[in-house]
Amino acid sequence: MRELSFAQALNEALAQAMETDPRVFIMGEDIGVYGGAFGVTGDLVHRFGEDRVIDTPIAELGGAGAAVGAALAGSRPILEFQFSDFAGLAIEQIVNQAAKIRYMLGGKTHVPVVFRMPSGSGTGAAAQHSQSLEAWFGHVPGLKVIQPSTPHDAKGMLLAAIEDPDPVLIFEHKLLYKIKGHVPEEQYLVPIGKAAVVRAGQHATVVGSAIMVHRALEAAEILAAEGIDIEVIDLRSIRPIDTATIIASVKKTTRLCCIYEGVKTLGIGAEVSALIAESEAFDYLDAPIMRLGGAESPIPYSPILEKAAVPQTDIIVAALRNLVKGQS
Amino acid sequence: MTSSPKKPAPRTPVLHPNVRPFYAQHSPDELKEALRRMHLVRKFEETAEDSYIRGLTHGTMHLSIGQEASAVGTTMSLRKTDYITSTHRGHGHCIGKGAEAKYMFAEFFGKEEGYCRGRGGSMHIADPESGNLGANGIVGGGLPIAVGAALAIKQQKRDDVAVCFFGDGASNEGAFHESLNMAAIWKLPVIFVCENNGYGMSVSTKRSMAVANVADRAPAYNMPGVIVDGNNMADVVEAMMVATARARGGEGPTLIECKTYRTRGHSRSDRNKYRTKEEIEEWKLRDPIPHFVNELISHGILDATEADTIEKSVDAEIKAGFDFAVAGTNPTPQSLTRDVYAREIV
Amino acid sequence: MAIEVILPKVDMDMSTGIISKWHVSNGDGVKKGQLLFEMETDKSAIEIESPAEGTIGNIVNTGAATAIGAIVAMIYSSGEKLQETVAAAPVIAAAEIKVETAQPILNVTANGTGLRATPLARRMARQHNISLDKIKGSGPRGRIVSEDVQNHKPAQAQNPVPAQAQNPDATLALYKPGSFELVPLDGMRRTIAQRLTLSKQTIPHFYLSSTCDLSQLLEIRERINAKAPLDADKKPVWKLSINDYIIKALALALQQVPAANVTYTEAGILHHHTSDVGVAVSVEGGLFTPVLRSAEVKTLSQISIEMKDLAARARSRKLQASEYQGGTTAISNLGMYGIEQFTAIINPPQATILAIGAGTEQFVPVNKLPVLKTMMKCTLSCDHRAVDGAVGAALLQAFKERVEEPALMLA
Repeated sequence: MRELSFAQALNEALAQAMETDPRVFIMGEDIGVYGGAFGVTGDLVHRFGEDRVIDTPIAELGGAGAAVGAALAGSRPILEFQFSDFAGLAIEQIVNQAAKIRYMLGGKTHVPVVFRMPSGSGTGAAAQHSQSLEAWFGHVPGLKVIQPSTPHDAKGMLLAAIEDPDPVLIFEHKLLYKIKGHVPEEQYLVPIGKAAVVRAGQHATVVGSAIMVHRALEAAEILAAEGIDIEVIDLRSIRPIDTATIIASVKKTTRLCCIYEGVKTLGIGAEVSALIAESEAFDYLDAPIMRLGGAESPIPYSPILEKAAVPQTDIIVAALRNLVKGQS
Repeated sequence: MTSSPKKPAPRTPVLHPNVRPFYAQHSPDELKEALRRMHLVRKFEETAEDSYIRGLTHGTMHLSIGQEASAVGTTMSLRKTDYITSTHRGHGHCIGKGAEAKYMFAEFFGKEEGYCRGRGGSMHIADPESGNLGANGIVGGGLPIAVGAALAIKQQKRDDVAVCFFGDGASNEGAFHESLNMAAIWKLPVIFVCENNGYGMSVSTKRSMAVANVADRAPAYNMPGVIVDGNNMADVVEAMMVATARARGGEGPTLIECKTYRTRGHSRSDRNKYRTKEEIEEWKLRDPIPHFVNELISHGILDATEADTIEKSVDAEIKAGFDFAVAGTNPTPQSLTRDVYAREIV
Repeated sequence: MAIEVILPKVDMDMSTGIISKWHVSNGDGVKKGQLLFEMETDKSAIEIESPAEGTIGNIVNTGAATAIGAIVAMIYSSGEKLQETVAAAPVIAAAEIKVETAQPILNVTANGTGLRATPLARRMARQHNISLDKIKGSGPRGRIVSEDVQNHKPAQAQNPVPAQAQNPDATLALYKPGSFELVPLDGMRRTIAQRLTLSKQTIPHFYLSSTCDLSQLLEIRERINAKAPLDADKKPVWKLSINDYIIKALALALQQVPAANVTYTEAGILHHHTSDVGVAVSVEGGLFTPVLRSAEVKTLSQISIEMKDLAARARSRKLQASEYQGGTTAISNLGMYGIEQFTAIINPPQATILAIGAGTEQFVPVNKLPVLKTMMKCTLSCDHRAVDGAVGAALLQAFKERVEEPALMLA
């Protein structure tokens, strides 16, 4: 089985999409000869030329708008934000334009644009380069928001995003770029809107995404030695969210813990908790729903503080033990 | 009026050889059609305004009465495959690009028959099929989109252009500067058409800009910045002819600043407290439509009777369009979330 | 033609306006764009100009809130005659846009009792008709969790409500009132419903059928019954039924195929040493299945006498629980009703049940010639968790051999 890193998997998806579809092109800051701030675009400029691998000025709003305009004019643009934090400069084009144009125009057109969003903490980049803003964008009808956790899904979901007729934001956790995993060589799509049960268990359901899936799996292994059997769901898609998979799992395990790196309040966990509380799974709950989210603070610089700002494996283990053993 | 520039326009033999290019290079029929469209824009807006003040329609609207020359002049020679991005004051741009009044009225009345099936309203009239990528409710929202459309044109190796309308107010937005810069460095076929009507809502350009003209900003991006009398059809069209040829020839973008004026307020809620009656009256004397009529008569292209006939011919279209809209279908609440996505989410 | 002056809409959320001051009077000449009146709105006053040139008339000045679109004056061109009255209403009412009102949000009344219990615990308690205040919660701060309800169940579950009976109203609603009589469930009916529902839902049944030749058995039964000694009342001491033979045959067959004489439990398979055969006895309003213990060692006459006693006491509902609990297999015989063949539901904890049909006369080929024989169809239901197909088949074969060759029962 061939293994690629998460970043290599994304690179392969970009290359294959450009090979098969002449409408596809990529743009962003320092994605050309530099190869992208995280090396995702690599040598694509040499393979596809400067017309299809376009270094933009440092102009997030203009770049995002140009991607929207190109999509409206029949191209398939992929815009890399150097850090998803910088999308704050482009909210206008993402939220007011890309998300709404199809609807405002009564369905007469559509906006097939992909925004790549390197995100998450753990790199010591502090408050303006470490955020997890997926829930912000997940709040906007008209956008699709995805967040793969493995190299396999990174390739399949990026290809699905490029193929999708609507604007898609793919959040790529920076700490995952180097992880390796099996990635098939051919082009394949991992559908948007489908979660994956990545570990079956009977005592509690953990719903997480991106790096939190890995931490939840580590925690589940530790707890298995104590006879606590955790089911882990990789959300993969924030909008649309796969309610059916989560409901079915909670009905089985009777307990739910949501783990996410974004700020806890009004985050993904709030949505997952609420959808369970509103669903038929409510009557199967045998413990209060638990959320483990990011701290109510910007991401700090100090490594000690930075670690404390997002759920870590030891915290997850302790929380799940409490959830199952009924100590909280 | 989406004529191809490749096809030489028939000339009118009566014209003097030194007559300016606008009259020399457009046939009488094209010129008369341009006049008809100016009337159509004017009467569409007057009827829309009347519907609004009678409480027949929902939401507000932004009237471009007084700006018809820049709207029709910039669009009259565009192809169907050329793009425009429009503004919140965009009724004229839509009609200029070929939109039909009846579907615009239907949109204004929030009906399913409207250009946006009642989802957009006055501020978002668009028709992607005719290259109209949409009016925009965000000041400066269309600027980077036009750049992107031009980028796609270039990548797809077409010789079409993207015409980007914006106002003096938008030129103070960051999006303006990012867009001009990108269009210039990539030599994109964009024509930035600034309709400078002197006010960003209530704040005059004198109070919001450190330069006298929006076009003064073009040299910073190494592109031509042309200032024209936006109420003079010939001035507007001739500037467009140069800019369009430049864009189609791969030489890059141009900024055209049309100095004009809206005789109505910013929106219908405007009390006009920021400008004097004298100023408004002075600009009314410079109404682009009578000016254009006089020019056409002086060039012998039409006489007063024919001018009157053209104006009257628009009334029937407006009346039919209004009736079509009133009789249109209201959307059902069940269709609320239709068209949020092209591929529905589960 | 006279031009209308209307009260205009100027703000998006405006439906009425008040004219605060007219700057012209009826009969005045006005120019287009001339100030006509001032109007008060929620935001601020606004000046309204004349839409045309002419002579103004029909000025309306109510001083009160006036609907937008209402005509408040007319402007006449020279020579035009003043109208007596003017139309008042706008052409189209804006209110034509009807919005379907959403469902009102239901007033959710909390049925909280101050008691802490998880949703799952509450649901389980509802299903089993258990009152939560009788349960002590083991969770944090005394919260009742599902396990607490499960542990509580045995004491409360004497008469558990069968699943189907949970919401009888829905079923009742399907029939016309007065077209039926509602007979309340008694304890036996509840037990049958619960046990057989449990059996059918949890035991993976499979079924094996065979046909037995009763010729020899009928002949022997006649001879044995004829030789029965008489008691003090001059009555025969025994009168063996076909069913007695069947009980004996099944008990012996289980000894020959001990793998079928079993009970499935999560802890493991119970291999029984004795053949304890339950026999379904229909009684008024239900049935009992008393058990003949160690039937393999009992004589046919013992079986016959004991069975008569058990059946009689079943009908008068005088059986002890110990007399119908347990058992390693069972027989359900509907032959006396003329039923030729049927399948039976296993009576837990037993692993098999044998459904016996009527003995019927049929021509059976013997040496290629039709011979009239009495044949009996029987169907064995097996719990596949404990009894596999081949084991079940071996049991049925052993049974058939003993029915067809009753002398073997002497072996």
